[in-house]
Amino acid sequence: MTTTLPAYDEVVARYEPVIGLETHVELGTNTKMWCGCPTDFGGEPNTRVCPVCLGLPGSLPVANKAAIEATIRIGLALNCSIAEWCRFARKNYFYPDMPKNFQISQYDEPLCFDGYLDVEVNGELVRIGIERVHLEEDTGKTLHVGGATGRIHGATESLVDYNRAGIPLVEIVTKPIPGTGALAPEVARAYVTELRDVIRSLGVSDVRMEEGSLRCDVNTSLNKPGEEWGTRTETKNVNSLRSVERAVRSEMLRQASVLDAGGKITQETRHFHEDTGDTTPGRSKETATDYRYFPEPDLVPLAPDTAWVAELKAALPELPRLRRKRIQQEWGLSDLDMQSVVNAGAVELIEATVAAGTTPAAARKWWLGELSRRANETGVELADVGATPAQVAELQGLVDAGKLNDKLARAVLEGVVAGEGSPTEIMTNRGLEVVSDTGALTAAVDDAIAANPDVADKVRSGKIAAAGALVGAVMKTTRGQADAKTVRELILERLGAQG
Amino acid sequence: MSDLTRLSAAEIAGLVAAGETSAVEVTQAHLDRIAAVDDRVHAFLHVDTEGALAAARGVDERRAAGEEIGPLAGVPVAVKDVLTTKGVPTTVGSKILEGWRPPYDSTIVERLRAAGTVMLGKTNMDEFAMGSSTEYSAYGPTRNPWDLERIPGGSGGGSAAALAAYEAPLSIGSDTGGSIRQPGAVTGTVGAKPTYGGTSRYGLVAFSSSLDTPGPCARTVLDAALLHQVIGGHDPRDSTSIPAAVPDVVGAARLGATGDLTGVKLGVVTEFTGEGAEPGVLAAFRESAEALAKLGAEIVEVSCPHFKYALPAYYLIAPSECSSNLARFDGVRFGLRVGDDGNRSLEEVMSLTREAGFGPEVKRRIMIGTYALSSGYYDAYYGQAQKVRTLITRDFTAAFEQVDALISPTTPFVAFPIGARTSDPYQMYLADLFTIPTNLYGGPAISVPCGLSEGLPVGFQIMAPTMADDRMYRVAAALESTVGTFTPPAL
Repeated sequence: MTTTLPAYDEVVARYEPVIGLETHVELGTNTKMWCGCPTDFGGEPNTRVCPVCLGLPGSLPVANKAAIEATIRIGLALNCSIAEWCRFARKNYFYPDMPKNFQISQYDEPLCFDGYLDVEVNGELVRIGIERVHLEEDTGKTLHVGGATGRIHGATESLVDYNRAGIPLVEIVTKPIPGTGALAPEVARAYVTELRDVIRSLGVSDVRMEEGSLRCDVNTSLNKPGEEWGTRTETKNVNSLRSVERAVRSEMLRQASVLDAGGKITQETRHFHEDTGDTTPGRSKETATDYRYFPEPDLVPLAPDTAWVAELKAALPELPRLRRKRIQQEWGLSDLDMQSVVNAGAVELIEATVAAGTTPAAARKWWLGELSRRANETGVELADVGATPAQVAELQGLVDAGKLNDKLARAVLEGVVAGEGSPTEIMTNRGLEVVSDTGALTAAVDDAIAANPDVADKVRSGKIAAAGALVGAVMKTTRGQADAKTVRELILERLGAQG
Repeated sequence: MSDLTRLSAAEIAGLVAAGETSAVEVTQAHLDRIAAVDDRVHAFLHVDTEGALAAARGVDERRAAGEEIGPLAGVPVAVKDVLTTKGVPTTVGSKILEGWRPPYDSTIVERLRAAGTVMLGKTNMDEFAMGSSTEYSAYGPTRNPWDLERIPGGSGGGSAAALAAYEAPLSIGSDTGGSIRQPGAVTGTVGAKPTYGGTSRYGLVAFSSSLDTPGPCARTVLDAALLHQVIGGHDPRDSTSIPAAVPDVVGAARLGATGDLTGVKLGVVTEFTGEGAEPGVLAAFRESAEALAKLGAEIVEVSCPHFKYALPAYYLIAPSECSSNLARFDGVRFGLRVGDDGNRSLEEVMSLTREAGFGPEVKRRIMIGTYALSSGYYDAYYGQAQKVRTLITRDFTAAFEQVDALISPTTPFVAFPIGARTSDPYQMYLADLFTIPTNLYGGPAISVPCGLSEGLPVGFQIMAPTMADDRMYRVAAALESTVGTFTPPAL
């Protein structure tokens, strides 16, 4: 298609978007939803399976209590009501990555419902309504071999790996989100980011979009101001936070161009393409399967004890947004500075470094400076850069004790990242410690004075500022291993000047 | 030597425990009997000769070593082919699972092994337990030892016929709408459907999850109770399993055998003793009820007005669940695969596999169930049937406020000739008219032989409240003590 898309500004001037997000989170329980198989990512195909998760004849599911607990905690963190009584339901459809040809899910009785999540967009709080949070099982993975696209169409062979089948999956569905206007793409991204942080803070999933433990479908529609909401499309294959934003934007532009041309939006599933930033149609919802939901007869109803739910609620960790507010105050950061800490993914790292005895300012300097630069260069997450908060705190301790200056400290940090050991070990092994032997320093100072008689005279005559050139010369001969302040004091003393 | 195949399980267990016979001798006697008669009866789909003899040797060795050998050690048992048996073929009477050897044992089979029983093999059944005559087995019908031209009931015709033909003293069945009790009734044997959740469904290939109940089959009430005791009880692998001990069914059977029912109040289900049942069946039932009265039981009439809706409700709920349960048979992971020639699409292969693998009755029920669960029809069919289920449960609850147990004939008619009801599904469905309400309610019920009509056995059904399985055993044993057991003509 070579249709020229309208400009985004024009689109949001003419249309109002309504978005909605369906997020799937793979829980990090030790075992699968209905059996005792492990849930670790990867593994040789079809090695983490048993009669239950393979859906062999005669096998039966038994619900994983840890998964139910994790789901309730997610629901509580999203301000949901928790069902006093609900059931699992079978969603029937034929697909080879579904061992039983039905998925055990929840239908009209979700475990958690009617909540909200507040997210910050451009300093403004936006309240996203949560329709439901329910628990289901993941499917296996199908690999289509021989086709050009990796999709089933055109493939000569399809291989199925059931290792993922039966891993507990939580589905979180927002209510429709109207009224965000031009900010719709940012709101979508901010919501998924915040949701990810909330779930991570609960410790129930590693929520890694790249590994598929957090998956997102984005619903988008456009309507003219004052008119009813438009027909929505559901965009799948949105695999990063950036893609969430791009997918909404791209779908808004595409729908606007269709509507501008007098066309109608088809209710359908679309696929997002990371490379082009476009969406292409998938299966049409109009011919969608009738899933023939009915209550799962192999499982008993779920009736979480209210006292237990209350306990879980009381034990919830501080929510990321509130925690960030508190930390920002404690660290005395401006909104902008805090934002850069958050964007760098450095909140927890700085917090841990501060806990190990470093001042917030120093901790922030290391993580957002030298270490962020290295992370960017090597393309890894800041947390995986190779230095731990404890090491950073130790490094700063050496600086505070006068054993390292800034330049030496950066050299030691390089050694830390390279895995050479603790900062103290590296300092000793590489001989990077500040020269504090005044005898050796005095000799270096005398050499510098002798080599620069003009400068020395200026200092003697009261031009104290000129001493800087002598300090520089001493630092040069000691290859930076001297403490500049000590050097300066020595020079002034030798020249009989007052500092 | 007396014929070991004519002994009860209790007698065999006693002789083996006392060392008066060996498990191998007992097992060999039954294997010989199977070899002699099963080409005519066709109770077995698979005889595990080597496995049985190995298990029997194990029992004899443990006994010789003075080890614990289990309460039913050395007693042969035949297992309905609906239960998975590790490494031993499990077909559910269907072509779609031909040749499948499960990698795991069902809980029932595990418990049978732990009790020291010797599994002889797998018995014939209507495909996926759907039927009342075993004529819908993909491997040919089982014949009734009382008259080889007649059906042995179904779906567990193989398990019942194996008992009546003296091929096994014990067998396991599964009862979704009467598949243990009705075959018991028409073969003159005892068949008990435990409380739903009282026996584990783990490893029972599902037909209708909310109704399927595995249970014991035997030639005497005490034997059924002994088997029930061994296979029953909580199983953490089945979420619907009741976390409670098995009621004392063995004690109840022994108490009942004393022939005293003083203080027991029984309710004759009015709706099941009018038209719809053969006169000979009704006559045998009435005589037996009078016999129970002579043993001290008080007999009253009890109306259960919603029982008449049980059959239609059942034929919505069971097919609905089956349409989903049987979806996994698609040729992808196990069993039959048809049409995988490298050119056909996945959907075509699934479709061809199911077309070839399922028989007509299974297809009929999958289609009914798929329709009943469809969006727009769900409320009118599945939803409505669930409401009827609630009303039937209320009928039972109300009845058990008046009486200790309900009684009725097990099935409206004696064993019918092979082929007599296959052309009209409804005529076949009527065989379960009296047994289905219990499944919808979830309580226990037992069929015990009570007489003959036209020379064929008639079954007497006793229905008890949930988890009061012991109550039905007491009444059944009392009835047995007064009417005796029934032996078919020699094969």
